[in-house]
Amino acid sequence: MKNILTHYTISELIIKYPFIKDYFNDNLVPFKGHENLTVEQLLGILDYDTIEENAINPEAFKIGLIQYLDIMKAYFVSDKPTNNTITIYPGLYKDGKKEKFEEITIKSGEVVSIVGPTGSGKSRLLADIEWAANKDTPTKRIIHINGRSLETHERFSSSNRLVAQLSQNMNFVMDMTVAEFLDLHASSRLVEDKDTVIQNIFNKANSLAGETFDIDTPITELSGGQSRALMIADTAILSSSPIILIDEIENAGIDRKMALDLLVSEDKIVLMSTHDPILALMGDRRIVIKNGGIEKVLEITDEERSILGELEKMDQFMMSMRNKLRHGKKITLKEEE
Amino acid sequence: MDLITVSGPPSSGKTSILLKTIDHFIRRGLKVGVVKFDCLFTDDDEYFKKLNIPVKKGLSGSLCPDHYFVSNIEEVVEWGVGLDIDILITESAGLCNRCSPYIKGIKAVCVIDNLSGINTPKKIGPMLKSADIVVITKGDIVSQAEREVFTMKVQSVNPKAIIMHVNGLNGQGAFELSTLIYDEKQDVKTLEGMTLRYPMPSALCSYCLGETRIGKKHQVGNVRKIDLGDK
Repeated sequence: MKNILTHYTISELIIKYPFIKDYFNDNLVPFKGHENLTVEQLLGILDYDTIEENAINPEAFKIGLIQYLDIMKAYFVSDKPTNNTITIYPGLYKDGKKEKFEEITIKSGEVVSIVGPTGSGKSRLLADIEWAANKDTPTKRIIHINGRSLETHERFSSSNRLVAQLSQNMNFVMDMTVAEFLDLHASSRLVEDKDTVIQNIFNKANSLAGETFDIDTPITELSGGQSRALMIADTAILSSSPIILIDEIENAGIDRKMALDLLVSEDKIVLMSTHDPILALMGDRRIVIKNGGIEKVLEITDEERSILGELEKMDQFMMSMRNKLRHGKKITLKEEE
Repeated sequence: MDLITVSGPPSSGKTSILLKTIDHFIRRGLKVGVVKFDCLFTDDDEYFKKLNIPVKKGLSGSLCPDHYFVSNIEEVVEWGVGLDIDILITESAGLCNRCSPYIKGIKAVCVIDNLSGINTPKKIGPMLKSADIVVITKGDIVSQAEREVFTMKVQSVNPKAIIMHVNGLNGQGAFELSTLIYDEKQDVKTLEGMTLRYPMPSALCSYCLGETRIGKKHQVGNVRKIDLGDK
Protein backbone atom coordinates (compact mmCIF):
# COMPACT_ATOMS: atom_id res chain seq x y z
CA MET A 1 0.00 0.00 0.00
CA LYS A 2 2.93 2.35 0.73
CA ASN A 3 3.92 2.37 -2.94
CA ILE A 4 0.73 4.33 -3.62
CA LEU A 5 2.85 7.29 -2.59
CA THR A 6 5.83 6.60 -4.79
CA HIS A 7 4.84 4.28 -7.64
CA TYR A 8 1.83 5.96 -9.17
CA THR A 9 1.41 9.44 -10.57
CA ILE A 10 -1.49 11.47 -9.26
CA SER A 11 -3.36 11.17 -12.56
CA GLU A 12 -3.02 7.38 -12.40
CA LEU A 13 -4.37 7.45 -8.84
CA ILE A 14 -7.31 9.61 -9.90
CA ILE A 15 -8.23 7.13 -12.62
CA LYS A 16 -8.03 4.27 -10.13
CA TYR A 17 -9.68 6.08 -7.21
CA PRO A 18 -11.69 9.06 -8.50
CA PHE A 19 -12.64 10.09 -4.96
CA ILE A 20 -8.98 10.78 -4.12
CA LYS A 21 -9.48 14.28 -5.54
CA ASP A 22 -11.73 15.06 -2.56
CA TYR A 23 -8.95 14.09 -0.20
CA PHE A 24 -6.51 16.48 -1.88
CA ASN A 25 -9.08 19.26 -2.02
CA ASP A 26 -10.36 18.84 1.53
CA ASN A 27 -6.82 18.89 2.87
CA LEU A 28 -6.01 21.96 0.78
CA VAL A 29 -3.13 20.27 -1.03
CA PRO A 30 -2.91 21.81 -4.52
CA PHE A 31 -2.28 19.20 -7.20
CA LYS A 32 -3.56 20.90 -10.39
CA GLY A 33 -0.79 21.01 -12.97
CA HIS A 34 1.25 18.41 -11.10
CA GLU A 35 -0.77 15.33 -12.03
CA ASN A 36 2.30 13.72 -13.56
CA LEU A 37 4.07 13.60 -10.17
CA THR A 38 3.75 11.01 -7.43
CA VAL A 39 2.29 12.04 -4.09
CA GLU A 40 5.74 11.94 -2.54
CA GLN A 41 7.13 14.19 -5.29
CA LEU A 42 4.20 16.60 -5.02
CA LEU A 43 4.71 17.04 -1.29
CA GLY A 44 8.41 17.60 -2.02
CA ILE A 45 7.79 20.55 -4.32
CA LEU A 46 5.24 22.39 -2.14
CA ASP A 47 6.75 25.65 -1.05
CA TYR A 48 6.98 26.77 2.53
CA ASP A 49 4.23 29.38 2.14
CA THR A 50 1.67 26.87 0.87
CA ILE A 51 2.46 24.43 3.64
CA GLU A 52 2.26 27.17 6.24
CA GLU A 53 -0.80 28.88 4.79
CA ASN A 54 -2.91 25.77 4.26
CA ALA A 55 -1.70 24.14 7.47
CA ILE A 56 -0.48 21.06 5.62
CA ASN A 57 1.29 18.35 7.56
CA PRO A 58 2.98 16.20 4.89
CA GLU A 59 3.58 13.17 7.14
CA ALA A 60 0.00 13.14 8.41
CA PHE A 61 -1.22 13.69 4.87
CA LYS A 62 0.59 10.56 3.64
CA ILE A 63 -0.56 8.33 6.50
CA GLY A 64 -4.07 9.72 6.17
CA LEU A 65 -4.14 9.07 2.42
CA ILE A 66 -3.52 5.38 2.88
CA GLN A 67 -6.14 5.14 5.60
CA TYR A 68 -8.57 7.15 3.51
CA LEU A 69 -8.22 4.71 0.62
CA ASP A 70 -8.84 1.79 2.97
CA ILE A 71 -11.97 3.39 4.35
CA MET A 72 -13.30 4.24 0.92
CA LYS A 73 -12.72 0.70 -0.32
CA ALA A 74 -14.89 -0.50 2.56
CA TYR A 75 -17.75 1.55 1.14
CA PHE A 76 -17.56 -0.34 -2.13
CA VAL A 77 -17.72 -3.89 -0.81
CA SER A 78 -20.90 -3.22 1.09
CA ASP A 79 -23.36 -4.73 -1.35
CA LYS A 80 -26.21 -4.15 0.99
CA PRO A 81 -25.92 -6.99 3.47
CA THR A 82 -29.26 -8.72 3.79
CA ASN A 83 -30.55 -11.20 6.34
CA ASN A 84 -29.15 -9.35 9.26
CA THR A 85 -30.14 -10.27 12.77
CA ILE A 86 -29.87 -8.50 16.10
CA THR A 87 -29.88 -10.60 19.26
CA ILE A 88 -30.38 -9.01 22.65
CA TYR A 89 -29.20 -10.86 25.77
CA PRO A 90 -30.45 -9.80 29.19
CA GLY A 91 -28.79 -7.16 31.32
CA LEU A 92 -29.97 -5.34 34.41
CA TYR A 93 -32.92 -3.20 35.44
CA LYS A 94 -32.18 0.20 37.00
CA ASP A 95 -32.36 -1.42 40.45
CA GLY A 96 -29.76 -4.02 39.52
CA LYS A 97 -32.12 -7.00 39.05
CA LYS A 98 -31.59 -9.22 36.06
CA GLU A 99 -33.90 -8.88 33.07
CA LYS A 100 -36.24 -11.84 32.75
CA PHE A 101 -36.08 -12.78 29.07
CA GLU A 102 -33.67 -15.35 27.63
CA GLU A 103 -32.86 -13.70 24.34
CA ILE A 104 -34.64 -11.60 21.74
CA THR A 105 -33.75 -12.00 18.09
CA ILE A 106 -34.91 -9.55 15.44
CA LYS A 107 -34.50 -10.25 11.72
CA SER A 108 -34.30 -8.15 8.56
CA GLY A 109 -37.71 -7.02 7.41
CA GLU A 110 -39.16 -7.01 10.91
CA VAL A 111 -40.78 -4.03 12.55
CA VAL A 112 -40.53 -3.96 16.32
CA SER A 113 -41.93 -1.16 18.38
CA ILE A 114 -40.53 -0.14 21.74
CA VAL A 115 -43.03 1.13 24.27
CA GLY A 116 -42.80 2.42 27.81
CA PRO A 117 -43.16 5.60 29.83
CA THR A 118 -40.83 8.54 29.23
CA GLY A 119 -37.54 7.97 31.04
CA SER A 120 -38.08 4.22 31.30
CA GLY A 121 -35.02 3.34 29.25
CA LYS A 122 -36.14 3.23 25.63
CA SER A 123 -33.28 5.43 24.45
CA ARG A 124 -30.81 3.35 26.45
CA LEU A 125 -31.97 0.21 24.63
CA LEU A 126 -31.61 1.95 21.27
CA ALA A 127 -28.15 3.19 22.30
CA ASP A 128 -27.15 -0.33 23.40
CA ILE A 129 -28.07 -1.62 19.96
CA GLU A 130 -26.34 1.22 18.15
CA TRP A 131 -23.16 0.58 20.15
CA ALA A 132 -23.46 -3.21 19.95
CA ALA A 133 -23.12 -3.30 23.73
CA ASN A 134 -20.94 -5.99 25.19
CA LYS A 135 -21.56 -5.83 28.94
CA ASP A 136 -19.89 -2.44 28.82
CA THR A 137 -22.88 -0.11 29.04
CA PRO A 138 -24.85 0.81 32.18
CA THR A 139 -27.42 -1.93 31.47
CA LYS A 140 -24.71 -4.62 31.00
CA ARG A 141 -26.67 -6.00 28.06
CA ILE A 142 -25.00 -7.96 25.29
CA ILE A 143 -26.01 -7.30 21.71
CA HIS A 144 -24.97 -9.67 18.96
CA ILE A 145 -25.13 -8.68 15.32
CA ASN A 146 -25.47 -11.63 12.99
CA GLY A 147 -24.76 -14.01 15.83
CA ARG A 148 -21.58 -12.48 17.21
CA SER A 149 -20.31 -9.48 19.10
CA LEU A 150 -18.57 -6.79 17.09
CA GLU A 151 -14.83 -6.20 17.04
CA THR A 152 -13.62 -2.82 18.25
CA HIS A 153 -12.80 -1.59 14.75
CA GLU A 154 -16.28 -2.58 13.56
CA ARG A 155 -17.87 -0.56 16.32
CA PHE A 156 -16.08 2.60 15.24
CA SER A 157 -16.09 2.16 11.50
CA SER A 158 -17.94 5.11 10.07
CA SER A 159 -18.32 3.53 6.65
CA ASN A 160 -20.20 0.69 8.19
CA ARG A 161 -22.59 2.28 10.65
CA LEU A 162 -25.11 -0.18 11.94
CA VAL A 163 -27.82 2.23 12.73
CA ALA A 164 -29.54 5.02 10.85
CA GLN A 165 -31.76 7.25 12.89
CA LEU A 166 -34.91 9.18 12.09
CA SER A 167 -36.16 11.34 14.87
CA GLN A 168 -39.06 13.67 15.41
CA ASN A 169 -37.35 17.02 15.26
CA MET A 170 -35.00 16.49 12.34
CA ASN A 171 -34.64 19.20 9.74
CA PHE A 172 -32.74 19.79 6.59
CA VAL A 173 -30.15 22.48 7.15
CA MET A 174 -28.23 22.46 3.89
CA ASP A 175 -28.93 25.15 1.37
CA MET A 176 -29.59 23.17 -1.81
CA THR A 177 -32.34 21.73 -3.97
CA VAL A 178 -33.78 18.23 -3.63
CA ALA A 179 -31.82 17.13 -6.71
CA GLU A 180 -28.53 18.59 -5.50
CA PHE A 181 -29.06 17.13 -2.07
CA LEU A 182 -29.74 13.62 -3.33
CA ASP A 183 -26.80 13.89 -5.70
CA LEU A 184 -24.50 14.86 -2.83
CA HIS A 185 -25.67 12.00 -0.64
CA ALA A 186 -25.48 9.49 -3.49
CA SER A 187 -21.94 10.67 -4.29
CA SER A 188 -20.87 10.29 -0.68
CA ARG A 189 -22.19 6.72 -0.76
CA LEU A 190 -20.39 6.10 -4.07
CA VAL A 191 -23.41 4.46 -5.69
CA GLU A 192 -22.90 3.29 -9.23
CA ASP A 193 -26.10 4.17 -11.03
CA LYS A 194 -26.55 7.55 -9.43
CA ASP A 195 -29.27 9.05 -11.64
CA THR A 196 -31.59 6.07 -11.37
CA VAL A 197 -31.16 5.93 -7.61
CA ILE A 198 -31.89 9.65 -7.27
CA GLN A 199 -35.01 9.39 -9.43
CA ASN A 200 -36.13 6.37 -7.44
CA ILE A 201 -35.79 8.16 -4.10
CA PHE A 202 -37.54 11.23 -5.44
CA ASN A 203 -40.51 9.18 -6.73
CA LYS A 204 -40.82 7.23 -3.49
CA ALA A 205 -40.68 10.39 -1.41
CA ASN A 206 -43.43 11.90 -3.50
CA SER A 207 -45.66 8.87 -3.08
CA LEU A 208 -45.15 9.00 0.72
CA ALA A 209 -45.85 12.71 1.01
CA GLY A 210 -49.42 13.96 0.97
CA GLU A 211 -48.61 16.91 -1.22
CA THR A 212 -46.15 16.36 -4.03
CA PHE A 213 -43.06 18.47 -4.54
CA ASP A 214 -40.67 19.34 -7.34
CA ILE A 215 -37.10 18.02 -7.70
CA ASP A 216 -35.86 21.62 -7.94
CA THR A 217 -37.41 22.69 -4.63
CA PRO A 218 -34.85 23.86 -2.05
CA ILE A 219 -34.91 21.24 0.72
CA THR A 220 -35.33 23.87 3.40
CA GLU A 221 -38.61 24.95 1.77
CA LEU A 222 -40.23 21.51 2.01
CA SER A 223 -43.14 21.18 4.42
CA GLY A 224 -42.80 19.00 7.50
CA GLY A 225 -44.50 16.05 5.81
CA GLN A 226 -42.49 16.42 2.62
CA SER A 227 -39.19 16.62 4.53
CA ARG A 228 -39.97 13.48 6.46
CA ALA A 229 -41.05 11.68 3.31
CA LEU A 230 -37.78 12.61 1.63
CA MET A 231 -35.75 11.61 4.69
CA ILE A 232 -37.46 8.23 4.94
CA ALA A 233 -37.12 7.44 1.24
CA ASP A 234 -33.51 8.56 1.26
CA THR A 235 -32.65 6.55 4.38
CA ALA A 236 -34.41 3.45 3.09
CA ILE A 237 -32.71 3.46 -0.28
CA LEU A 238 -29.34 5.15 0.19
CA SER A 239 -28.26 4.48 3.74
CA SER A 240 -26.16 1.34 4.11
CA SER A 241 -27.13 0.89 7.75
CA PRO A 242 -29.10 -2.33 8.22
CA ILE A 243 -30.97 -1.05 11.25
CA ILE A 244 -33.24 1.96 11.35
CA LEU A 245 -34.30 3.54 14.58
CA ILE A 246 -37.41 5.65 14.37
CA ASP A 247 -38.49 8.00 17.04
CA GLU A 248 -42.24 8.31 16.41
CA ILE A 249 -43.22 9.01 12.78
CA GLU A 250 -45.44 12.06 12.77
CA ASN A 251 -48.98 11.72 11.64
CA ALA A 252 -49.04 14.86 9.59
CA GLY A 253 -48.75 14.68 5.85
CA ILE A 254 -47.19 11.26 5.40
CA ASP A 255 -48.45 7.77 4.72
CA ARG A 256 -46.96 5.90 7.65
CA LYS A 257 -48.00 2.43 6.53
CA MET A 258 -46.35 2.98 3.17
CA ALA A 259 -43.23 4.39 4.89
CA LEU A 260 -42.86 1.28 7.04
CA ASP A 261 -43.48 -0.96 4.02
CA LEU A 262 -40.75 0.84 2.11
CA LEU A 263 -38.22 0.39 4.91
CA VAL A 264 -39.11 -3.26 5.33
CA SER A 265 -38.96 -3.93 1.59
CA GLU A 266 -35.38 -2.66 1.61
CA ASP A 267 -34.57 -5.39 4.13
CA LYS A 268 -34.08 -3.06 7.03
CA ILE A 269 -34.66 -3.95 10.63
CA VAL A 270 -36.99 -1.27 11.92
CA LEU A 271 -37.08 -0.37 15.61
CA MET A 272 -39.56 2.27 16.47
CA SER A 273 -40.17 3.94 19.75
CA THR A 274 -43.78 5.06 19.82
CA HIS A 275 -46.84 5.91 21.89
CA ASP A 276 -49.21 5.53 18.93
CA PRO A 277 -51.34 2.35 18.98
CA ILE A 278 -51.80 2.40 15.20
CA LEU A 279 -48.07 2.43 14.57
CA ALA A 280 -47.44 -0.20 17.23
CA LEU A 281 -50.00 -2.50 15.63
CA MET A 282 -48.37 -2.07 12.22
CA GLY A 283 -45.31 -3.84 13.62
CA ASP A 284 -44.80 -7.52 14.37
CA ARG A 285 -43.90 -7.35 18.04
CA ARG A 286 -43.45 -4.82 20.75
CA ILE A 287 -40.85 -4.60 23.47
CA VAL A 288 -42.18 -3.22 26.73
CA ILE A 289 -39.66 -1.26 28.81
CA LYS A 290 -40.07 -0.61 32.50
CA ASN A 291 -37.62 0.66 35.08
CA GLY A 292 -34.71 0.55 32.67
CA GLY A 293 -35.24 -3.09 31.75
CA ILE A 294 -37.06 -5.10 29.10
CA GLU A 295 -40.17 -6.20 30.97
CA LYS A 296 -41.71 -8.32 28.24
CA VAL A 297 -42.08 -8.83 24.52
CA LEU A 298 -45.60 -8.95 23.18
CA GLU A 299 -46.48 -10.54 19.84
CA ILE A 300 -49.22 -8.59 18.13
CA THR A 301 -52.28 -10.84 18.52
CA ASP A 302 -54.97 -11.45 15.91
CA GLU A 303 -57.43 -9.77 18.21
CA GLU A 304 -55.29 -6.64 18.37
CA ARG A 305 -54.79 -6.68 14.64
CA SER A 306 -58.51 -7.03 14.06
CA ILE A 307 -59.14 -3.67 15.68
CA LEU A 308 -56.41 -1.96 13.67
CA GLY A 309 -59.04 -1.15 11.04
CA GLU A 310 -61.24 0.39 13.69
CA LEU A 311 -58.40 2.52 15.03
CA GLU A 312 -57.49 3.66 11.54
CA LYS A 313 -61.11 4.73 10.96
CA MET A 314 -61.00 6.81 14.14
CA ASP A 315 -57.72 8.30 13.00
CA GLN A 316 -59.20 9.19 9.64
CA PHE A 317 -62.19 10.68 11.36
CA MET A 318 -59.95 12.94 13.41
CA MET A 319 -58.07 13.80 10.23
CA SER A 320 -61.30 14.80 8.46
CA MET A 321 -62.14 17.06 11.40
CA ARG A 322 -58.71 18.63 11.12
CA ASN A 323 -59.24 19.18 7.43
CA LYS A 324 -62.60 20.84 8.04
CA LEU A 325 -60.90 23.15 10.50
CA ARG A 326 -58.08 23.83 8.10
CA HIS A 327 -60.39 24.69 5.21
CA GLY A 328 -62.56 27.05 7.22
CA LYS A 329 -65.59 24.78 7.46
CA LYS A 330 -67.85 24.19 10.42
CA ILE A 331 -66.88 21.32 12.71
CA THR A 332 -69.75 18.84 12.58
CA LEU A 333 -70.03 15.09 13.10
CA LYS A 334 -72.09 14.76 9.91
CA GLU A 335 -70.51 14.01 6.54
CA GLU A 336 -70.09 16.98 4.24
CA GLU A 337 -72.91 17.46 1.78
CA MET B 1 -3.36 10.94 35.98
CA ASP B 2 -4.70 10.85 32.44
CA LEU B 3 -4.81 14.14 30.56
CA ILE B 4 -7.37 14.79 27.83
CA THR B 5 -7.42 17.95 25.72
CA VAL B 6 -10.75 18.89 24.21
CA SER B 7 -11.26 21.66 21.71
CA GLY B 8 -13.74 22.80 19.11
CA PRO B 9 -15.37 25.89 17.69
CA PRO B 10 -17.46 28.04 20.06
CA SER B 11 -20.97 26.69 20.71
CA SER B 12 -20.22 23.31 19.14
CA GLY B 13 -21.29 21.58 22.35
CA LYS B 14 -18.00 20.90 24.14
CA THR B 15 -19.26 21.72 27.60
CA SER B 16 -22.56 19.80 27.23
CA ILE B 17 -20.77 16.73 25.96
CA LEU B 18 -18.20 16.91 28.76
CA LEU B 19 -20.83 17.33 31.48
CA LYS B 20 -22.58 14.16 30.34
CA THR B 21 -19.32 12.27 29.93
CA ILE B 22 -17.89 13.35 33.29
CA ASP B 23 -21.11 12.15 34.92
CA HIS B 24 -20.23 8.61 33.81
CA PHE B 25 -16.68 8.98 35.19
CA ILE B 26 -18.05 10.11 38.54
CA ARG B 27 -20.36 7.10 38.67
CA ARG B 28 -17.32 4.89 38.19
CA GLY B 29 -15.76 6.55 41.23
CA LEU B 30 -13.10 8.41 39.28
CA LYS B 31 -11.85 11.82 40.33
CA VAL B 32 -12.16 14.32 37.50
CA GLY B 33 -10.84 17.87 37.22
CA VAL B 34 -11.56 20.42 34.51
CA VAL B 35 -9.73 23.49 33.31
CA LYS B 36 -11.66 25.69 30.93
CA PHE B 37 -9.71 28.00 28.62
CA ASP B 38 -11.49 30.84 26.95
CA CYS B 39 -10.84 34.22 25.49
CA LEU B 40 -12.96 37.01 26.95
CA PHE B 41 -15.64 35.43 29.06
CA THR B 42 -16.93 32.08 30.22
CA ASP B 43 -19.28 30.94 32.91
CA ASP B 44 -19.04 27.29 31.90
CA ASP B 45 -16.98 26.68 35.03
CA GLU B 46 -20.23 27.17 36.98
CA TYR B 47 -21.77 24.17 35.19
CA PHE B 48 -18.78 22.01 36.05
CA LYS B 49 -18.89 23.18 39.67
CA LYS B 50 -22.41 21.80 39.93
CA LEU B 51 -20.86 18.35 39.47
CA ASN B 52 -18.79 19.00 42.60
CA ILE B 53 -15.49 18.58 40.85
CA PRO B 54 -12.42 20.82 40.97
CA VAL B 55 -12.62 23.43 38.21
CA LYS B 56 -10.35 26.27 37.12
CA LYS B 57 -10.75 28.74 34.32
CA GLY B 58 -8.21 30.73 32.39
CA LEU B 59 -9.07 33.74 30.27
CA SER B 60 -6.47 34.74 27.73
CA GLY B 61 -7.82 38.29 27.39
CA SER B 62 -5.69 40.18 24.92
CA LEU B 63 -3.41 37.24 24.17
CA CYS B 64 -3.88 34.54 21.56
CA PRO B 65 -5.90 31.90 23.44
CA ASP B 66 -3.95 28.99 22.01
CA HIS B 67 -0.58 30.49 22.88
CA TYR B 68 -1.99 31.18 26.32
CA PHE B 69 -3.01 27.53 26.58
CA VAL B 70 0.47 26.23 25.79
CA SER B 71 2.11 28.71 28.13
CA ASN B 72 -0.04 27.44 30.99
CA ILE B 73 -0.66 23.76 30.40
CA GLU B 74 2.37 22.63 32.39
CA GLU B 75 1.12 24.48 35.51
CA VAL B 76 -2.36 23.08 34.94
CA VAL B 77 -0.96 19.56 34.94
CA GLU B 78 0.90 20.29 38.18
CA TRP B 79 -2.38 21.49 39.68
CA GLY B 80 -4.12 18.26 38.70
CA VAL B 81 -1.32 16.05 39.96
CA GLY B 82 -1.34 17.98 43.22
CA LEU B 83 -5.04 17.27 43.72
CA ASP B 84 -4.54 13.58 42.99
CA ILE B 85 -7.00 13.65 40.10
CA ASP B 86 -7.53 10.56 37.90
CA ILE B 87 -8.65 12.41 34.79
CA LEU B 88 -7.76 16.00 33.98
CA ILE B 89 -9.72 17.50 31.12
CA THR B 90 -8.87 20.78 29.45
CA GLU B 91 -11.44 22.49 27.30
CA SER B 92 -10.57 25.27 24.88
CA ALA B 93 -12.27 26.98 21.97
CA GLY B 94 -10.28 27.06 18.79
CA LEU B 95 -11.06 30.65 18.20
CA CYS B 96 -9.32 31.24 14.92
CA ASN B 97 -10.27 27.75 13.69
CA ARG B 98 -6.73 27.10 12.69
CA CYS B 99 -4.45 25.79 15.32
CA SER B 100 -5.15 23.79 18.34
CA PRO B 101 -2.38 23.10 20.73
CA TYR B 102 -2.66 19.32 20.83
CA ILE B 103 0.29 17.63 22.46
CA LYS B 104 2.07 14.58 21.11
CA GLY B 105 1.20 11.56 23.23
CA ILE B 106 -1.78 13.24 24.94
CA LYS B 107 -5.29 12.31 23.80
CA ALA B 108 -6.89 15.03 21.68
CA VAL B 109 -10.61 15.35 21.15
CA CYS B 110 -12.23 17.76 18.71
CA VAL B 111 -15.93 18.60 19.01
CA ILE B 112 -17.72 19.88 15.91
CA ASP B 113 -21.40 20.15 15.10
CA ASN B 114 -23.56 19.03 12.19
CA LEU B 115 -25.10 22.46 11.82
CA SER B 116 -21.83 24.13 10.96
CA GLY B 117 -22.10 23.31 7.26
CA ILE B 118 -20.50 20.68 5.04
CA ASN B 119 -17.51 22.77 4.12
CA THR B 120 -16.55 23.46 7.71
CA PRO B 121 -14.30 20.39 8.12
CA LYS B 122 -12.18 21.83 5.33
CA LYS B 123 -12.02 25.24 6.97
CA ILE B 124 -10.83 23.97 10.31
CA GLY B 125 -7.14 23.28 10.43
CA PRO B 126 -5.01 21.02 12.63
CA MET B 127 -7.62 21.30 15.41
CA LEU B 128 -9.73 18.83 13.45
CA LYS B 129 -7.08 17.22 11.27
CA SER B 130 -4.78 16.07 14.04
CA ALA B 131 -7.37 15.04 16.65
CA ASP B 132 -7.54 11.42 17.82
CA ILE B 133 -11.28 11.45 18.39
CA VAL B 134 -13.77 13.64 16.58
CA VAL B 135 -17.10 14.07 18.30
CA ILE B 136 -19.95 15.23 16.09
CA THR B 137 -22.89 16.86 17.88
CA LYS B 138 -26.41 18.09 17.13
CA GLY B 139 -27.16 15.02 15.02
CA ASP B 140 -30.68 14.89 16.41
CA ILE B 141 -31.74 17.94 14.48
CA VAL B 142 -30.43 17.16 11.01
CA SER B 143 -31.40 14.42 8.59
CA GLN B 144 -29.66 11.05 8.42
CA ALA B 145 -28.32 11.96 4.99
CA GLU B 146 -26.75 15.18 6.19
CA ARG B 147 -25.16 13.31 9.08
CA GLU B 148 -23.67 10.78 6.69
CA VAL B 149 -22.36 13.44 4.33
CA PHE B 150 -20.89 15.45 7.19
CA THR B 151 -19.20 12.38 8.66
CA MET B 152 -17.70 11.67 5.25
CA LYS B 153 -16.28 15.18 5.06
CA VAL B 154 -14.70 14.84 8.48
CA GLN B 155 -13.29 11.49 7.50
CA SER B 156 -11.69 12.88 4.39
CA VAL B 157 -9.70 15.46 6.36
CA ASN B 158 -8.89 13.13 9.22
CA PRO B 159 -9.12 9.46 8.18
CA LYS B 160 -7.29 8.14 11.22
CA ALA B 161 -9.61 9.61 13.85
CA ILE B 162 -12.38 7.73 15.59
CA ILE B 163 -15.55 9.61 14.69
CA MET B 164 -18.36 9.51 17.24
CA HIS B 165 -21.83 10.98 17.34
CA VAL B 166 -22.83 12.26 20.74
CA ASN B 167 -26.00 14.05 21.75
CA GLY B 168 -25.16 16.72 24.30
CA LEU B 169 -28.77 17.15 25.38
CA ASN B 170 -29.85 13.61 26.23
CA GLY B 171 -26.35 12.21 26.57
CA GLN B 172 -26.71 9.49 23.92
CA GLY B 173 -23.17 8.36 23.14
CA ALA B 174 -21.61 10.07 26.18
CA PHE B 175 -21.13 6.81 28.03
CA GLU B 176 -19.41 5.32 25.00
CA LEU B 177 -17.21 8.40 24.71
CA SER B 178 -16.23 8.05 28.36
CA THR B 179 -14.90 4.55 27.71
CA LEU B 180 -12.87 5.81 24.77
CA ILE B 181 -11.17 8.85 26.19
CA TYR B 182 -9.97 7.54 29.52
CA ASP B 183 -7.02 5.23 29.66
CA GLU B 184 -6.16 4.18 33.20
CA LYS B 185 -2.69 3.08 32.16
CA GLN B 186 -1.85 6.58 31.00
CA ASP B 187 0.03 8.30 33.80
CA VAL B 188 0.95 11.89 33.08
CA LYS B 189 3.09 13.49 35.76
CA THR B 190 4.58 16.36 33.83
CA LEU B 191 4.59 17.75 30.30
CA GLU B 192 8.19 18.93 30.54
CA GLY B 193 9.96 17.98 27.33
CA MET B 194 6.82 17.11 25.37
CA THR B 195 6.07 18.83 22.09
CA LEU B 196 3.07 20.14 20.21
CA ARG B 197 1.66 18.14 17.32
CA TYR B 198 1.71 21.11 15.01
CA PRO B 199 3.42 24.50 15.08
CA MET B 200 1.17 27.51 15.61
CA PRO B 201 0.90 30.14 12.89
CA SER B 202 3.78 32.52 12.72
CA ALA B 203 2.44 35.89 13.72
CA LEU B 204 4.19 38.82 15.08
CA CYS B 205 3.17 42.10 13.54
CA SER B 206 2.52 45.59 14.80
CA TYR B 207 -1.10 44.72 15.63
CA CYS B 208 0.03 41.89 17.90
CA LEU B 209 1.85 44.57 19.83
CA GLY B 210 -1.09 46.88 20.31
CA GLU B 211 -1.03 49.05 17.22
CA THR B 212 -4.49 50.41 16.38
CA ARG B 213 -3.81 52.72 13.45
CA ILE B 214 -4.59 51.47 9.95
CA GLY B 215 -2.26 51.95 7.01
CA LYS B 216 0.96 50.64 5.49
CA LYS B 217 3.33 52.84 7.42
CA HIS B 218 2.11 51.44 10.72
CA GLN B 219 2.64 47.82 9.71
CA VAL B 220 5.88 46.09 10.61
CA GLY B 221 6.84 42.50 11.20
CA ASN B 222 5.11 39.50 9.65
CA VAL B 223 2.62 41.18 7.33
CA ARG B 224 1.01 39.47 4.36
CA LYS B 225 -1.17 41.19 1.77
CA ILE B 226 -4.40 39.92 0.23
CA ASP B 227 -4.20 39.23 -3.51
CA LEU B 228 -6.87 41.35 -5.19
CA GLY B 229 -5.51 40.85 -8.69
CA ASP B 230 -4.53 43.56 -11.18
CA LYS B 231 -6.31 46.92 -11.23
